[in-house]
Amino acid sequence: MTRALAALPILIALIVGGFFLWGLNPSRDPNAIPSVLISQPAPEFDLAPVDHVGVPGLSRADLTDNPAPVVVNVFASWCVPCRAEHAVLTRMVEQGGVRLMGINYKDKPEDARAWLENLGNPYERIGSDLNGRAGIEWGISGVPETFIVSGNGTVLFRYVGPVVGAEAEEKFATALAQARAATGAGT
Amino acid sequence: MTPEIGQFALALALIIALVQSVLPILGASRGDLVWMRSARTSALAQLVFIGIAFAALMRSFMVSDFTVANVVENSHSLKPMLYKIAGTWGSHEGSLLLWVLILAAFGAGVALLGTNIPDALKARTLSVQAWISTGFLSFLLLTSNPFERVFPPPLDGNDLNPLLQDVGLAMHPPLLYFGYVGFSIVFSFAVAALIEGRVDAAWARWVRPWTLAAWMSLTAGIALGSWWAYYELGWGGWWFWDPVENVSFMPWLLGTALLHSAIVTEKRDAFKSWTILLAILTFSLSLLGTFIVRSGLLTSVHAFAVDPERGLYILGLLGLSIGGSLALYAWRAPSMEGGGLFAPISREGGLLINNLLLVVATGTVLVGTLYPLFTEALADQKISVGPPFFNASFIPIMLPLLAIMAVGPLLSWKRADLKGVFQRLRFVALLSGLAALAVWYLTEGGPALAYLSIAIATWLLLATLREWAARIRLFDVPFAQAVRRARNLPRAAHGMTLAHAGLAVAVFGFVGSSAWKSEKIVFVQSGAVTEIAGFDVRFDGVQRVQGPNYVADRGTLVVTRDGAPVTTLYPERRFYPVAQSTTTESAIRSTLAGDLYASLAEPAAEGAAQSGAWTLRILYEPLVNFIWIGAALLVLGGGLSLSDRRLRVGAPRRATIPKPQATPAE
Repeated sequence: MTRALAALPILIALIVGGFFLWGLNPSRDPNAIPSVLISQPAPEFDLAPVDHVGVPGLSRADLTDNPAPVVVNVFASWCVPCRAEHAVLTRMVEQGGVRLMGINYKDKPEDARAWLENLGNPYERIGSDLNGRAGIEWGISGVPETFIVSGNGTVLFRYVGPVVGAEAEEKFATALAQARAATGAGT
Repeated sequence: MTPEIGQFALALALIIALVQSVLPILGASRGDLVWMRSARTSALAQLVFIGIAFAALMRSFMVSDFTVANVVENSHSLKPMLYKIAGTWGSHEGSLLLWVLILAAFGAGVALLGTNIPDALKARTLSVQAWISTGFLSFLLLTSNPFERVFPPPLDGNDLNPLLQDVGLAMHPPLLYFGYVGFSIVFSFAVAALIEGRVDAAWARWVRPWTLAAWMSLTAGIALGSWWAYYELGWGGWWFWDPVENVSFMPWLLGTALLHSAIVTEKRDAFKSWTILLAILTFSLSLLGTFIVRSGLLTSVHAFAVDPERGLYILGLLGLSIGGSLALYAWRAPSMEGGGLFAPISREGGLLINNLLLVVATGTVLVGTLYPLFTEALADQKISVGPPFFNASFIPIMLPLLAIMAVGPLLSWKRADLKGVFQRLRFVALLSGLAALAVWYLTEGGPALAYLSIAIATWLLLATLREWAARIRLFDVPFAQAVRRARNLPRAAHGMTLAHAGLAVAVFGFVGSSAWKSEKIVFVQSGAVTEIAGFDVRFDGVQRVQGPNYVADRGTLVVTRDGAPVTTLYPERRFYPVAQSTTTESAIRSTLAGDLYASLAEPAAEGAAQSGAWTLRILYEPLVNFIWIGAALLVLGGGLSLSDRRLRVGAPRRATIPKPQATPAE
């Protein structure tokens, strides 16, 4: 065995150790999911409506010219947490005066239609993202995800996972109130 | 008072470990027998004092002494006694105490049982063991004192995470740690051998029982953890390639490689520096696991409370032990090659391939586990590496390993006749093909890889049994004579057969439950019927029941098949008011053919619980029990080998006698 070969394990160990040292940096949070979209304009996308649901499709143009912030929710009929979230979103629309837009992510139109008929449709517009392309543009990590977009189309807030439960709803409501206050101050 | 005794005992253990770190190894280099033999006393004393500390902590938990911070955080007066005791190792501090207890136990084990080991090697080994002990005892005392008091004491505790209140999980950490930490003694042996600059067949034989013991516990620990995840988490999976699962799996893979390469070192005096390297790396990966779980480096469901200071301390310990041992290796290993030559086609060759594949598999898991850290450091990108990566990279390495594993035991040392072996296995090959075809006929489609895996698992199982049958000449001689031959066969041979067959059995479980699993997530009201894998499952609503420290919503599921009643399942969702958390208790109907598995998810929508609507998750996992049966066979096989008199830890010294190859006297 050559000396170089015998020294290989320690070299690898040192390199890996270097990464560990870097990873221990106290300001680093391995659980945080960064969003490149926050404070950025909403991404370019243009989605056709879901067939026979009765609401129009969704594109970036629909988000850039609103008097108040809107909520964009990414959902799918195959997603169990979305079902739980649906009731919360419906209540927000009916009682909280929220304008809700939907992106139906990788879902069969007929399944989505059955789902909405069964549970009710709180969405003002729904874009059918059959191939998941818009999902990529929005950088979602899974369904559901919910964004708050300002009147002029800037993404203000992102919530990963279902907005269900007191803590999540509280967090979301706070963000929404801030977004509204900012719009009010601006106009 | 009790906690102070514990703390004092820990401090004493640290001092003893410091002495043991220095005295025996100095004695070994000076040839001073008294100094060398002091290791025996100090190793035992360490065990006694750490044992006292552990008992003190356990007592604090049993009597719910809420003046101890650790008890407050991890226990509650209403908790069942078993989980109070298990709470001892439920926290970071307590589990670390268990860690050093096992470390000391292995040290004391070598001191007591290793009567055939030369004094110098034993003294050095125990000194190295004490270095590790010193590192972790000081870590415990300086950063993670389990006996810290709180004032004023609260009225009651915060409860142990309810997910962890489970019999399987109460036993999981001790077993896992026994395996993890058990490899420490193998590491110490390796470092001692590097210091001495001598590795021979005798060394390998002294090391092997310890490797085997650690490997068995690790196997049992991993299997138990996976079983727990299967029935407790309610996801219906048994392996998730979570970073913390991976860090327990990597030492297992390398430990398996070590077990096999040590055989070559023992019997053929070859693979020496390789065996040493594996011994070092196996324990290094155990340490890595300890580090990852406790430093918050990676995201995982298992992680303990994160504390960067602790992370730095462990990283320092890791640097010293892994860096030091590998540096020593780089310096000393080149000068200790030699040993038996062999042809590519031979038992040695087979074991070499086994080792290479296992090491590559370990490397794959390591890269997959650490990849998110690498990309975040280099490209500032957060990614997660999930099952698709591991399945795509790990399985293609494992399948050839399994296929070769069937052939290996049939090869003879030095030079083997591969053609003859295949000749003997042609019926096995035929049957394996038929098995895959039969499965193909019985199932409605499935990935091609699954059929291939079935064929390979059958091949492994039958070839292993074929080899065993040939050794006792099962069908060639009268049955009574075959039985006598079986009795005369070394236990290690039976052990190998059992373990190899066990792995084949487990593979049936892996494949069956991954490839032909059916899963349904349905939104049900009372009376709804769901059909899955031929079963009709009727949901009969949910009742509220009261447990000792929780309240549960218990669902009733009546299962029928073609109208005939099969069973009634009661999945639960438990809410633990003290810990403010909810757990899923799945209900499982287990048979050899497969498990029908039901769990109750949260009420499907707001207010749905009142209206009686629930989300139900029903799975049918074919053959899943073969996994645990296979794991049990692996452990049993290991146990049988361990009980072989050649390996018995206290067996009389035989180092100078060349190992008899053919018929061991019984």
